[in-house]
Amino acid sequence: MEIVNTTIGRRSFLRITAATGGGLLVGFNWLLSCKTLDSKNPQISIPKDWFKINGYVRIGENGMVTILSPNPEIGQNVMTSMPMIVAEELDVPWENVIVKQGNLDEDSFKNPQFAGGSLSIMKGWDPLRIAGAAGRYMLMKAASNNWNIPMENLITNEGVIIDKSGKIKIGYGEVASQAVNIKVPKNLKLKEPESYKIIGTSKNNVEGPKIVKGNNLFGIDYRTENMLLAMIEHPPAFGMGIKSFNKDEIVSMPGIIDAFLIDTSNPNPSWAEVNAFNEIIAIVGERTWDLIQAKKKLQVDWVTFDNLESSEEHEKRLDKDLIDGAVTEKRLDGDPDIVFKNASKIIERSYSCPFIAHNTLEPINFFANVQKNSVELVGPIQTPKALEASVSTLLNIPKDNIDVRMTRIGGGFGRRLYVHFGLEAALISKKIGAPIKLIYKREDDITQGTFRPAYKSVYKAALDEKNRLIALSIKGVGLPNGPIFPNRFPAGAIDNYKAENKSSNTNISTGAWRAPKSNFTAGAEQTFIDEIAEICEKDPIDFRLELLNKVIRNPVGKNLDYDPKRFIGVLNLVRDKSAWDIEKNKFKGVSSYFCHNTYVAEVIEMVMIDNHPKIKNIWCAVDCGIVINKNSAKNMIEGGIIDGIGHALYSQLKFKNGVVTNNNFDKYNLIRHNQSPANIKVFFVENKLSPTGLGEPGLPPSIGALANALYKITGKRFYKQPFYENENVFDA
Amino acid sequence: MEVFEIIVNNKLHKVESDASTPLLWILRDHLNLVGTKYGCGISQCGACTIHLNGEAIRSCVYPISAVGKQKITTIEGLSEQDEYSFVQKAWINEDVSQCGYCQAGQIMTATALLEKNPDPSDEEIDTAMSGNICRCGTYIRIKKAIKSASSHKD
Repeated sequence: MEIVNTTIGRRSFLRITAATGGGLLVGFNWLLSCKTLDSKNPQISIPKDWFKINGYVRIGENGMVTILSPNPEIGQNVMTSMPMIVAEELDVPWENVIVKQGNLDEDSFKNPQFAGGSLSIMKGWDPLRIAGAAGRYMLMKAASNNWNIPMENLITNEGVIIDKSGKIKIGYGEVASQAVNIKVPKNLKLKEPESYKIIGTSKNNVEGPKIVKGNNLFGIDYRTENMLLAMIEHPPAFGMGIKSFNKDEIVSMPGIIDAFLIDTSNPNPSWAEVNAFNEIIAIVGERTWDLIQAKKKLQVDWVTFDNLESSEEHEKRLDKDLIDGAVTEKRLDGDPDIVFKNASKIIERSYSCPFIAHNTLEPINFFANVQKNSVELVGPIQTPKALEASVSTLLNIPKDNIDVRMTRIGGGFGRRLYVHFGLEAALISKKIGAPIKLIYKREDDITQGTFRPAYKSVYKAALDEKNRLIALSIKGVGLPNGPIFPNRFPAGAIDNYKAENKSSNTNISTGAWRAPKSNFTAGAEQTFIDEIAEICEKDPIDFRLELLNKVIRNPVGKNLDYDPKRFIGVLNLVRDKSAWDIEKNKFKGVSSYFCHNTYVAEVIEMVMIDNHPKIKNIWCAVDCGIVINKNSAKNMIEGGIIDGIGHALYSQLKFKNGVVTNNNFDKYNLIRHNQSPANIKVFFVENKLSPTGLGEPGLPPSIGALANALYKITGKRFYKQPFYENENVFDA
Repeated sequence: MEVFEIIVNNKLHKVESDASTPLLWILRDHLNLVGTKYGCGISQCGACTIHLNGEAIRSCVYPISAVGKQKITTIEGLSEQDEYSFVQKAWINEDVSQCGYCQAGQIMTATALLEKNPDPSDEEIDTAMSGNICRCGTYIRIKKAIKSASSHKD
């Protein structure tokens, strides 16, 4: 039995407030609960009263349970998996649970409410379990008081409290009203993983039935009675700003209410305020189509204040700063410089990737209603707390008067970590004096942003006369910062090792894009290791295992970021599942990577169809500790692999004179149905370690596995992303 | 501004709008049928897919003036309240969705495909569906759902 200290949640759990009436849930029907479509169980009706047990849990007098999901839902399915953890410890049947999205209220949830870094489950693991266990304790204690039976003689089973003789039973709903008064002790007992009934099973997405009906779940669907709509126009090029525009003409157009400049610059911007342009044009009207027409009629006097960059210039700058750039991070083990001088063989390869956009399919949007001294903000945001803080500073309104509510989010990928669109919505609402919903046109979304930086890295290996790897040097640069993780694998495995990050500069705005830096470095590193393994005449999996076993036996240097044993675990699992040692004649490539606290190994098998290489099968092994929701976890890994393969093959932002030239999906390629692999098999290492994230870790290794499998079938190594555009092998 | 009478999900609606307004914005802004999504505005992503006389079309580039008496079906009209079409059921059972934003459009395209071709091959599914982008990469599950809907269709 794991004992946890509950102090972090104590104050909120002690708050005694019984929620009144059915007002909490209007228009209830059984489809809102977590029942499956085919469920035969009798329908449970809406409770008359809901009793607030704690920040997460409300229980109805009939045993129905509402669990609030604290974090933003961007498609990583936390709205199902986080409540599953609460329900597990609360010990209630999943079919009696209704899940609702929580609003920003970290005091109540005692959990950081953001979606980023694949951290929701890892950070929420304790607060969610404690919330469930505390609720269960309160209900049991209430029953114990009623019956005058000691707690030790009571057990629970799926929403029912039972005395050990089995004679007395009472449902949670019947004691819920008394439970709200119970104090939670300092220490709580949590379940052992062996007794889990919900964690580790597969529960369907709680909003699946609403999604397929087209219900108004997303920020872009949100509306209020007297709401106006707004669109923006930003400078066409990085390095340009606005001087003036034809305001009078725009305002005279049908359906247009006003047009004006807004400026979102805060004196001391937070990290979340990265954005392309602070000063932009806002147009307000009643209908989207009117706004789109007005945007076409804009005549703006732009001013150039900075260098207008192009893709060609970016490539040159990366090459130059690989040599000249300032070193920002470094690791040095042994003496690689001397070893390289005396090596029998030196292999040097360069890898690069372009800027890419996030392209969340739901375009950037946000609702704001700014009153004299209060603000209502509703929409898709990965960092609601950062948004609240920035709006508070910008409008000089106390945080307590700012209400932030999260909608379902049509894709995040890091784009909605940055809050500028929320600030823009707030400024527009303030200026026009009405609630507004800001919507970006796709072109406005893709041509500014917080792009994945362009990167370039050089990997250099020294071999001795027996083809043994004796030194490795890695140097990486990015616009603006380098992509290397100096203390990750293969650091620790090589006696003479050097890793350096270098900085460059650009006026293109950049930020976190799903698995930042790893989304490039994993591909470069794992492709290079594959090439070295071949030169060393080793099987690529054996070669990796030898390096990892050396880290276990005799690690080189200190401060290694990873656990070599868990790395070996996923490699062995994928080796087994992909029949790696049996089907030697097939065209398979392997890759493995550790990021966001999770270990992943992937094997891709290719076939040639009509002289075109095509992916036939993908096997993936994952060690993320305890898996919460199995089928949904697989979905996340499948999506990460397809995302990684898609961007490595097809996607690239192109710049000319500071302008993004491929500004919509006719010119910017995203992977489509006919290009997607058809078979991905995902396997999890079974252990009882605390769970880590799955949103990002599936993506990075897919690029190396793709490049290595492509090499097997085409005989050609792939160094420069996007592969499809830069390597003519696909035209065969 | 002109007045148009259009039939959406078997209901007649009177709408006053500019003749060039794409159906997407009529549905979303005028009729508050927000299941049909805006993704690109240039018929490249399929998020706005609806049926016009049973054919899958991109509502973001289809002007209201061209509709006439043709019957429009949106995701909201695919099944009665609290009911699900066989395609919607397959989507739920295969647990297809990640963010879910594209899925209404995917379901509309898949439904039109299955109406015409009740038992499509992998290649036929790829061809029919390649105009619908899923940014989360749920393509494998979409294909599974289409196949399962195809085998359960009466």
